[in-house]
Amino acid sequence: MTMEDVRQIILSILADIAPDEDISSIDDNTKLRDQIDLDSMDFLDIVMELRKRFNIEVPEKDYEHLATLAGCVSYLTPLLKDRQLAS
Amino acid sequence: MRYDTIIIGAGLSGLAAGIRLAMFDKKVCIVEKHVEIGGLNSFYVRKNRIFDVGLHAMTNYTPKGVRSSPLGKLLKQLRFSHDDFRLCQQDMSEIRFPERSLRFTNDFEFMRQEVAEKFPDQIDGFNKLVEKILTYDALNLDDGDRLLSRPVLESFISDPLLIDMLLCPLMYYGNAREGDMDFYQFVVMFNAIFMEGFSKPQGGMPFILNLLAEKFKVLGGELKMGNGVKTINAKQGTVGSVTLENEEELATEAVLSSMGYVETLNCCQPEVPETDACERGQVSFMESLFVVDREPRDLGYDKSIVFFSTQPRFDYKVPVDLIDISSGVLCCSNNFQYPEPLEEGLIRLTNLAHFGKWDSLPRKDYIAAKKECRAKALDALFTFFPDFRDNVVFLDSFTPKTIKKYTGHINGAVYGSPQKIKNGKTPVKNLYICGTDQGFLGIVGATLSGISMANLHLLR
Ligand SMILES: Cc1cc2nc3c(=O)[nH]c(=O)nc-3n(C[C@H](O)[C@H](O)[C@H](O)COP(=O)(O)OP(=O)(O)OC[C@H]3O[C@@H](n4cnc5c(N)ncnc54)[C@H](O)[C@@H]3O)c2cc1C
Repeated sequence: MTMEDVRQIILSILADIAPDEDISSIDDNTKLRDQIDLDSMDFLDIVMELRKRFNIEVPEKDYEHLATLAGCVSYLTPLLKDRQLAS
Repeated sequence: MRYDTIIIGAGLSGLAAGIRLAMFDKKVCIVEKHVEIGGLNSFYVRKNRIFDVGLHAMTNYTPKGVRSSPLGKLLKQLRFSHDDFRLCQQDMSEIRFPERSLRFTNDFEFMRQEVAEKFPDQIDGFNKLVEKILTYDALNLDDGDRLLSRPVLESFISDPLLIDMLLCPLMYYGNAREGDMDFYQFVVMFNAIFMEGFSKPQGGMPFILNLLAEKFKVLGGELKMGNGVKTINAKQGTVGSVTLENEEELATEAVLSSMGYVETLNCCQPEVPETDACERGQVSFMESLFVVDREPRDLGYDKSIVFFSTQPRFDYKVPVDLIDISSGVLCCSNNFQYPEPLEEGLIRLTNLAHFGKWDSLPRKDYIAAKKECRAKALDALFTFFPDFRDNVVFLDSFTPKTIKKYTGHINGAVYGSPQKIKNGKTPVKNLYICGTDQGFLGIVGATLSGISMANLHLLR
């Protein structure tokens, strides 16, 4: 999976979690929390979706890496690089 | 086959918890005793009409786009869009006491203005109270908080009438305790009713319930209806299975129960010793529904909900008699902003009632007592409001006994025990509770309770 694939995956997770939000306008380097007001319940959902879709566990101490879209991509790409994009 | 979680009860809290668990691929089964979903907020059919049991209004209305509010949280956690719920806002509601009335809408500034006009010498205190409410952390799941409301209110407001008028709606819509109300619950309900406000889903409760049940099933959840849990089998303080009324045994890693705290412990095998120490809920209601031959507003009923007291002091407690006619709630289902008017006019009247008195009546006296209490409640109402007796085309009433029969809650206590178990834990290790006795009340509250208990105990 490429960085762009990972980015698209995060966006699709966010679109699932927040059906009423406009995901297309998200800026990669601004905190997600400030753009689509995510709270701790939502971060749990992102982590749970990653577990469900790719079987990867994000330990609580690493949640800070998920604060921005760019952060998510750089944290998750190494973990997902050998995966094929599921059809 | 072993389940990850068995949920007891397909009321709002059980359905919401089920969706959360199924969403993350847990093997989950909801077991419901009754043949309909919904529990305290179900619906029933009489003479080809569908009536909601518990829906006057959904509290906690916030508009689309507000995501940090309870409704916003609920929607995103269950992955619904605001439009999916088809919420129609109230017109205007009222608190009516002898010679004094306060109106409120879904815009809090309107109410603040009302208080300023009707109680000019109290508005400063009221504003300070609002400040306190805004900064109070009412959703903390720690159990330590035992503050009661009246003393807090008295420290801000010196007119007892205003205190009673503020408490009346909040107590009727979410207080398990007689006389006073836990302050955290006051804050929760103040936000839910005055700061946020009322709406009704187009299509009523059946619509919302089906939406939840469908989502649960699409996500792979299993729903067993008409077959209650008889025992929760908990050897050495750990649940391994539940046995249903038809003797079927279901193995499970954990149980989340919405039937009530004491009700849940009563099902445990072997018995859980703590049971006798728990406070049982007492507060219940009689409710009458009147289908009328025109729009309620054409009969002089133009408010969405009216909380009233015919006496200058409002007393929220289990009455000595079958019902207490000195106060109540009046709901006109039509007075919400539906895209199209409802087919018929519907007025609902709720009064406090005594479970034990109703439960001990023999069958024929029970029927007669319903009629008599309904007539008395109307007489009291008509000292304040226009008479609509000649316009009634159909009527029906239910009592605390009905509520007990269909939901299993001890004493038909609509808001459960006054002693809430906010963290949802029980003496049994993998047995948790959600809903009414966990402490978030009402439709939105119960739903959030199911979500937060599933998140806290069963998804980590
Ligand atoms: C008359 C009335 C009016 C109301 N009006 C409003 C209103 O206008 N607005 C509002 O927000 N709220 C209102 N409420 C409150 C609201 O309905 C409740 O707070 C909410 O529905 C509680 O949901 P719950 O999931 O906690 O409990 P419940 O709905 O009671 O769910 C528990 C479920 O467990 C099932 N059960 C019990 N025992 C067993 C067993 N042994 N095995 C299997 N299943 C079992 C029951 O059948 C039930 O379905 C009203 C309630 C009533 C009764």
